[in-house]
Amino acid sequence: MSFILTEDQEMLRETAMAFAQGELPISHLRALRDSGANGDDPASRKKLAELGFFGVIIPDEPGGETFGLTGLGQILEAQGRTLAATPLMQTALIAASALQLGGTPAQKAEWLPKIAAGEATFALALDESAHFSPYAVATEAERDGKGFTLNGLKKYVPDGHYADVFIVAARTFGEAGDRHGISLFLVPRGAKGVTVEALKTVDSHGAAHISFDDVHVTDAALLGPADEGADILDPVLDRAAIGMAAEMLGSAQAAFDMTLDYLNNRKQFGQLIGSFQSLQHRAAKMFVELEMTRSCVAAALDAADAGKPDLAELASLAKAKAGELVHMVSNDCVQMHGGIGMTDAAEPGFYMKRARVQEALYGSASWHRDRYAKLNGF
Amino acid sequence: MAYDTAEQLEAFRLETRKWLEANCPPSMRTPMPDDEIVWGGRNATFKNPESKLWLDRMGEKGWTSPQWPKEYGGGGLNREEARVLEQELRRIKARPPLFSFGLWMFGPALLEFGNHEQKLRFIPDILKGKIRWCQGYSEPGAGSDLAGLQTRCEDKGDHYLINGQKVWTSYADKADWIFCLVRTDTSTKHEGISFILFDMKSPGVEARPIQLISGESPFCETFFTDVKVPKDQLVGRVNGGWEIAKRLLQFERSSISAGGFGGTGGSGILGPDDYAKQHIGTDESGRLLDGDLRGRITDHKMYVKAFSLTVQRQTEQAKAGQAVGHTASILKYAAAKMNQDRHELLIEALGTEGLGWEGEGFDKNAKKVTRQWLRSKGNSIEGGTSEINLNVIAKRVLGLKDHQ
Repeated sequence: MSFILTEDQEMLRETAMAFAQGELPISHLRALRDSGANGDDPASRKKLAELGFFGVIIPDEPGGETFGLTGLGQILEAQGRTLAATPLMQTALIAASALQLGGTPAQKAEWLPKIAAGEATFALALDESAHFSPYAVATEAERDGKGFTLNGLKKYVPDGHYADVFIVAARTFGEAGDRHGISLFLVPRGAKGVTVEALKTVDSHGAAHISFDDVHVTDAALLGPADEGADILDPVLDRAAIGMAAEMLGSAQAAFDMTLDYLNNRKQFGQLIGSFQSLQHRAAKMFVELEMTRSCVAAALDAADAGKPDLAELASLAKAKAGELVHMVSNDCVQMHGGIGMTDAAEPGFYMKRARVQEALYGSASWHRDRYAKLNGF
Repeated sequence: MAYDTAEQLEAFRLETRKWLEANCPPSMRTPMPDDEIVWGGRNATFKNPESKLWLDRMGEKGWTSPQWPKEYGGGGLNREEARVLEQELRRIKARPPLFSFGLWMFGPALLEFGNHEQKLRFIPDILKGKIRWCQGYSEPGAGSDLAGLQTRCEDKGDHYLINGQKVWTSYADKADWIFCLVRTDTSTKHEGISFILFDMKSPGVEARPIQLISGESPFCETFFTDVKVPKDQLVGRVNGGWEIAKRLLQFERSSISAGGFGGTGGSGILGPDDYAKQHIGTDESGRLLDGDLRGRITDHKMYVKAFSLTVQRQTEQAKAGQAVGHTASILKYAAAKMNQDRHELLIEALGTEGLGWEGEGFDKNAKKVTRQWLRSKGNSIEGGTSEINLNVIAKRVLGLKDHQ
């Protein structure tokens, strides 16, 4: 187990932190929201591409060195600090992982360089209900002689409102709820029968409901083994949960720092409110939870890079702990700012709104607690 | 000794392995029952004679504290060698040869603040387990507000004279010597405290055990009436004891939290999930039937894992020179919560089986859990209450200000 970043990862972290603070501060998200951009931000995508952030887990040559998920985690933590809306989670993490784990040589050759260059964005179209339940896929992919025909509706797909390509989980066998029988397909946004309904979401990042009506794809669109797409989906979702935990850690740290700053400046009864013991103890407890969560996130990132057998357990640990943390800190951030915290002009509300989206994606804390218990045999 | 190459370190490993093979008695490689724990001291008893042999051999090499300097009888190992020794001890599942407040708390402080003569006089006996130490800190009127202590220490020219009372003195009735905080100046608070050592057999010292809610008596009230102490037994400078006291508290908090108050609870005691499965049962998919309890046990198990990862992370960071300040307070706070939650879940999972006190009719280990549950309530009080640790975090780590 290593909790210490390499020199390269450390530099990447510093670059990402500086970029988030300088180019993608919360005022940027606010401006995107007020202009109606709904989290779709091509100008920032271009800058992220120039920094090489889309390709941190993609080697220049097959088998080559990368910054690893630990490196990408540093960038996600940085974007979490300022709540930046970027395609990194869906494209740089999920799509790059899915293609590397399950892609054919042709798929890798076609898409990985484009992802690394920031020339193509992806979105994982998985959930069909309001709750994360990866095997509950009912969307059908029927073999039609020349490939597959897809029918179904995917809900709240992050980045779905602008992504170029969808990774669609569809059922080629069995029934909703079965692990066996799920297959993954690469479907271009412009394919005939694909309808994208953009959603205005509470965090101003946007998302989309996507319907597939008799969408035809060829065999070449199949990503990973037919019927056994879960073999790809499971590790990808573990990595997504860990990446999101890193992002949540960044958000929680920033909301905490902001709260601490307020406690050290706001006066009531002629005293700094941070000198009141009830608030001091709440701040101290938040700090303890931050320290514990930071350890869980670092261990999970390391487990992904080292290919450890306890990856699933650590992914659930990190996502659940980070979810609980960002929930508590974002609530207390509003509360400790008092009336100011309730205003749209201040930033605490942005953290609370984004936190609930972060908590729900890739499995809530209670979903991951349930899985953690199962993995531990009770 | 500096290790230039991995080969030399490997040679040390082989040498260590050979020595341990020859010197660690067979029964010292088996799980340790509670009544075979060795605390050492003048009146030490050894239920298992091999534990004396093991202590003597390890003490002779200074390996009861491998990194303490050789000149005072320590192992004199560098960090890499010490890690190798630790790994080799773990490899053969060797028992710790000695439990000792001298090793965990007083020794590190004396090495930092004591003079050469004091170190020569006291450190070797700590390493060999010849002298058992106790800690004279808390007083009836000075618990969390430790610096409010009143035990008087007067300069009588050729000796000091001590009068007062300590409380919560762990194993004072079994200890040989005490390291003690005393007041040498009544006109100021923190700057009027000194750190002094004396023999518990000195005339005027009396220790009375206190019975706890768990039925055990690990602590004493300790009374000092005109106790004469030679002047060379004061550590550091007169009125300079508070600095030593605080440092020692850090060692104490670290040693408490490093083990998470014993974590797994000792031999024979299962986890809350095991007892819940046993006493409540599971459905066909293996889930505990009590869904609410299942969620709370999961929360706890996640906390335990997060805690152990945090200890690992902080250790690695400290080694890499990226130390975080006041980690002892953070870990002590978390460890107390963790151990108390664990024991609440244990007795809840055991149901009425966890509510026995003594005699037949209850499982032996379940009765042990009941006692440990009661004992665990002290975890958030001893060694700095959770509230005091939160104060330390808020002020020293987060920089929040005092009331003006």
